[in-house]
Amino acid sequence: MDAIAGRKPIVVWALNISVVLLVLLWLFPTLGLFVSSFRTGDQITASGWWSSLFASEQTLQIRAADPDDNRVDLGNGRYMVEGNIFGEDAFGGEMTAWGTSSRNLGANAPGDTADLGDGETFTLNADGTYVWEGDDDQISGRAQRVFVDATTPPDFTLQNYNFVLFDENNSEGMAKAFFNTLTVVIPATIIPILIAAFAAYALAWMDFPGRAILIAIVVGLLVVPLQLALIPLLSLHNAIGIGKGYLGVWLAHTGFGLPLAIYLLRNYMVGLPRDIIENAKVDGATDFQIFTKIILPLSFPALASFAIFQFLWTWNDLLVALVFLIDASGQTTVMTKQIVELLGTRGGDWEILATSAFVSIAVPLAVFFAMQKYLVRGLLAGSVK
Amino acid sequence: MHPALQGLLTIVIGVGGCVGYFYSANLFLDKVLFKAEGPNAGRNINRANMIRPWLFLLPAIIALGLYLAYPVVATLRLSFLERLPGNEFGFVGFDNYSKMFAEPKFIEAMKNNVLWLIIVPAAATGFGLLAAQLTDRLSWGNIAKSIVFMPMAISFVGAAVIFKLVYEARPEDVAQIGILNHLYLVFGGAEPQQWLQIPFWNNLFLMVVLIWIQTGFAMVILSAALRGIPEETVEAAIIDGANPFQIFFKIKIPQIMSTIVVVWTTITIATLKVFDIVFAMTNGQWETQVLANYMYDKLFRANDWGMGSASAMIIMLMVTPILVWNVYNARKEMR
Repeated sequence: MDAIAGRKPIVVWALNISVVLLVLLWLFPTLGLFVSSFRTGDQITASGWWSSLFASEQTLQIRAADPDDNRVDLGNGRYMVEGNIFGEDAFGGEMTAWGTSSRNLGANAPGDTADLGDGETFTLNADGTYVWEGDDDQISGRAQRVFVDATTPPDFTLQNYNFVLFDENNSEGMAKAFFNTLTVVIPATIIPILIAAFAAYALAWMDFPGRAILIAIVVGLLVVPLQLALIPLLSLHNAIGIGKGYLGVWLAHTGFGLPLAIYLLRNYMVGLPRDIIENAKVDGATDFQIFTKIILPLSFPALASFAIFQFLWTWNDLLVALVFLIDASGQTTVMTKQIVELLGTRGGDWEILATSAFVSIAVPLAVFFAMQKYLVRGLLAGSVK
Repeated sequence: MHPALQGLLTIVIGVGGCVGYFYSANLFLDKVLFKAEGPNAGRNINRANMIRPWLFLLPAIIALGLYLAYPVVATLRLSFLERLPGNEFGFVGFDNYSKMFAEPKFIEAMKNNVLWLIIVPAAATGFGLLAAQLTDRLSWGNIAKSIVFMPMAISFVGAAVIFKLVYEARPEDVAQIGILNHLYLVFGGAEPQQWLQIPFWNNLFLMVVLIWIQTGFAMVILSAALRGIPEETVEAAIIDGANPFQIFFKIKIPQIMSTIVVVWTTITIATLKVFDIVFAMTNGQWETQVLANYMYDKLFRANDWGMGSASAMIIMLMVTPILVWNVYNARKEMR
């Protein structure tokens, strides 16, 4: 069609540019969170995340070493403090200017000696080494402040992840919630697949009265909002002694996932070639053998698509976990709940929020990119015919 | 016991139980109940084959009945009751409903939900269609599609955090870290805005989150539908001198109309149930309440089961037309 339409280069350009814009628009929000999770809290509040990707002009406010501990007696009542203003670590940026008070930012060039009055001097070199000299009174108490204008290269850190995932003293860490989520997700993904596969086979390849009505019921249940199930099922769980806990949430996810599972798998199984199944029957295979030896292996793509759906849905779920799992003790909290909680208590601490959120997003994203093919296939089987 | 171990054990018990049930029920049917041998072998095989489908279906029917069908009835019943002291229930007729309709917060939730239902499916389907058409014949179209599709894997709560950062407002004299306020100031805005606290408009900012998530879904399905359009129809239109817009709106859109409707209704259902986004971002403050969050408030904060159930029934009532339409279509297809 391209040849027939004879597209002009300008149209092609416009097309490419508009798609680039669209993609950027969709990528930017996530990218912001991703970048922020690698910055310290100070960096996040000092500048927008988009400026952190490039070298930036920044004014760093640093203090010299504590004079009471570090000063050296030069004799004649003179004292000095020596050191590197950037500390032990090598400074990756480039100093352009510096000053000794917030009113004369950038007044001195690297290597200059600033006169602080009454014989007190401060020398700062481009590599950060400084000499601060003065009399007993001047070189004591609070250390001298220096305002360094520097071009800093992009600077990222893993310390947020360290804090959120591995810090033993962090009571709001994500490690426990991560394992709780995993504990919810795996059984809640596997069990409905098994139950649904048998039911789907019966609905696709076995003849019995009432089959059409059952299929219609499954289609109807597909859209029933699970909000309706909350109170009746919670009372039921309490009545039969399950209460709030993993068993309850596994059962609930199984129930809520079944309509889609049966629907997807049946649609797929109906499309399998009739010959294979009939040949097997002629050869004396029972339904059970046909199901396990022929249908299940052939249905792998459909099983995989549903598994991904159910995985994403249970991993990302908040409501079902809130209602059926998380009790007052908070021991069974899942990641989504933990993040909502952090939004309340640490609303301004973006380094914690961004990192926690990204920890919970990372696994589904990995699954998404690895299994996208099956996900798309499942979506198409579920809604287009 | 450690929960992870418990989970592992459940997988083993659950999977083993399922397999064991299906296997032994079959064995019982074939070897004990209706043996396929002896004088009645033929009759027995027929009988066994009549029962077998129900064996296969039993766990699914129990789970569906208990977790989806029963709650609809139970919630309907609860919506006509009120809780009395001592775990008793009293019948109050439509009192819960009339009390609810008299509540300003409920009216606000209804209004907002209608707004969500109008804007989100339309915008997500529209953007999805646009993205599908634009990326259709692009050499790097698949990469672009992947990125637009990606938010689908992100939880509503994760998306809420992502967009809270986008909407973040800082005082006027310090650097803005929310990109929206940054752009707003760059393009001549007077002062940083608290986007989520401006009544009415904040609803739109919440909707953006869901649109951002759902567009990828719409795009994937519509893109497949566009691919399915017979080339000849498009070629014929080109030969007849149609311009690209005419081809898109008069040739392509009509041919994928049924898919557009499916996408639209699917997103509508997702929109009706929207809970996490509002719960995490505003919790219904600043006039952003929606039905699902209102219901959660009633059920678990006010502990009012009657009104909570009544509002759940309203959500059910709103999906019912779609439910009926879906069932009708499914039945039509089977014939």
